[in-house]
Amino acid sequence: MWDYSEKVIDHYRHPRNVGVIEDADAVGTAGSIVCGDQLKIYLKIKDGIVTDAKFQTFGCGSAVASSSMLTEMIIGKPVEEVKKITNKDIVDQLGGLPPEKMHCSVMGYEALEDAFKNYKSEGYVDLDDLKKEPKEKMICTCFQVTDKVILDAIKTNGLKTVEEVTNYTKAGGGCGRCKGEIQKILDDYYSGKTEDKKDEKMTPTQWVLKVNNIIEHQISPELVKDGGDIELVDIKDKDIYVKLKGMCSGCKNSTMTLKVFVENTLKNALGDDINVIEVK
Amino acid sequence: MSKLIYLDNNATTKIDEKVLEAMMPYFKEEYANPSSMYDFSIKPAHAIKEARRKLKDFLGAKNEKEIIFTSCGSESANTAIRGYLSTVKNKKHIITTKVEHPCVLNVYKYLEKNGYKVDYIGVNSNGELDLTELENAITPDTALVSVMFANNETGILNPIKKISEIIKNKNPETKFYVDAVQAAGKVPINVEDLGIDMLGISGHKFHAPKGVGVLYVNSKTMISPLIIGGHQERGKRAGTENVPYIVGIGKAAELAADNLEYENTEIARLRDKLEKGIVQKVYNARINTGLATRVPNTTNIGFEYIEGELILLHLSDLGICASSGSACTSGSLEPSHVLRAMNVPFTSLHGSVRFSLSRFTTEAEIDYVLDKLPAAIEEIRKISPYQKELQALKEMKTANV
Repeated sequence: MWDYSEKVIDHYRHPRNVGVIEDADAVGTAGSIVCGDQLKIYLKIKDGIVTDAKFQTFGCGSAVASSSMLTEMIIGKPVEEVKKITNKDIVDQLGGLPPEKMHCSVMGYEALEDAFKNYKSEGYVDLDDLKKEPKEKMICTCFQVTDKVILDAIKTNGLKTVEEVTNYTKAGGGCGRCKGEIQKILDDYYSGKTEDKKDEKMTPTQWVLKVNNIIEHQISPELVKDGGDIELVDIKDKDIYVKLKGMCSGCKNSTMTLKVFVENTLKNALGDDINVIEVK
Repeated sequence: MSKLIYLDNNATTKIDEKVLEAMMPYFKEEYANPSSMYDFSIKPAHAIKEARRKLKDFLGAKNEKEIIFTSCGSESANTAIRGYLSTVKNKKHIITTKVEHPCVLNVYKYLEKNGYKVDYIGVNSNGELDLTELENAITPDTALVSVMFANNETGILNPIKKISEIIKNKNPETKFYVDAVQAAGKVPINVEDLGIDMLGISGHKFHAPKGVGVLYVNSKTMISPLIIGGHQERGKRAGTENVPYIVGIGKAAELAADNLEYENTEIARLRDKLEKGIVQKVYNARINTGLATRVPNTTNIGFEYIEGELILLHLSDLGICASSGSACTSGSLEPSHVLRAMNVPFTSLHGSVRFSLSRFTTEAEIDYVLDKLPAAIEEIRKISPYQKELQALKEMKTANV
């Protein structure tokens, strides 16, 4: 018998938000019946807020509990906040999961990610996806797990061994032939190779789009709230030139605003080696 | 725990009160080492002799010397397989089946890494062995053929006599090991009639306690011991005899023999009632095996488009104990190798549930399951993402009735 937490037991006994949203704004799936678990999540989104969520799960107790908990965690939350939810958050809310069951929480995260991938209304295009999608490579053919899913799980949960990766993603849990490749992903990540490779493969245009995307969707809305705004002027490799507009430009705190908020946001998304330069 | 309906007797069984009673004196008063040279050890020594005779009768062996007491089914299998192979070091070929219990299967996986060639014979969708494939696989180099008597997950019985004839015709030197852990106490076993060279059983599957097993090795088959040490068990298994447990398995064998008829009439009837009732009341249920050649206590039912662990958890809330071949219950991520070898469709593979009865199962318990299970399954179906497929199944079933 698994050592399930009381919350997990409560959620598989009395799952919340089971069902379908017929006019859902975003639908995401993860897993498959072949692998033994599948999750489908339906989202209703209004004015950037997840107003309703429902799920259907083919899976074990912890899969149902993870799905049920996830819907509770996201209803009423802004999309931007929901997007930041990781499998670890689901596990924490459930009061823990047995190691062998971690993949159930990852499935919740994947379904959520899938939902936003398909969510194109309000003119939103996630450029991260444009960049990453062609790069995804199937590592575990038994359970259909890509390198991206494995890497995400490693990053979020600080996984160190192939066994841990299997517990979290199922990759390597079937025939086991991909264990070498999983080890390589771990080795590359911990030797720092992974991040470099990502940037190398990005074309200059993709880089510009990505920077612009962050300024437009993450920074600008915040500045607008304070009556200001920001404009991207130029990008020369790692140097990003921006112009502050409206309230911000005359504000004596504008330097601080730039340094602290803009730079931090961009560095979080793009890496620590960028420079933000204000153009007057 | 209030209510307990124990339908997982292929996992383990309850100790029969009479077995426990027979064991008690050897925990308390009669604690002497049976090998010692004083009157105090006569009673334990005699008790072991008596148990050995009971096991000889239970298995249809010719001679008591062919009975070796071990600690469990896994030890019996390991001693037989590795003990025999180490006496025929020039032969490196083994034949077994894809559906063996892990305690046997993993021994062969280990041997494969150590220079042996192992052929794994497949089964059809009813779980029946491909005997032509088995016959064709036997070569002059084949040291051992290893086939389970009854499968633990499906209850399917293999045609042991037919297999032993095939082996002896093709290569008389090839030995035949039978894992009979799931057959003991459920169907009659007669090693002489069936032409078996070595056979292993485990006490706790037929109402003896955990921690005792038996290995039968016929007098024409030589094995070297797995556990090396003292002279016990005629040098085939060292270690001071576990007197109370040996007495226990002796008593359990005696009781099992007495109950064989009840097992094959009354328990078979209750099993049939359970599986027929479930298939009638639950539209997404299907029996995963053929109906004919099974032990009387086992049924393996697939619940389509829902998952096994979740079924077990809900059944557990009702006090019902069963088991599943789903990936989630094993912790291995892979669903049952037995059901996969049978090509059970993925739609019901992960939702397979095994119910296994014993002579202590009552009709009232079966009625309780038939009363409670359909509503539990209904609850789980509501969560499934496969509503359309379930609806189609429901309509199909209604049309057929």
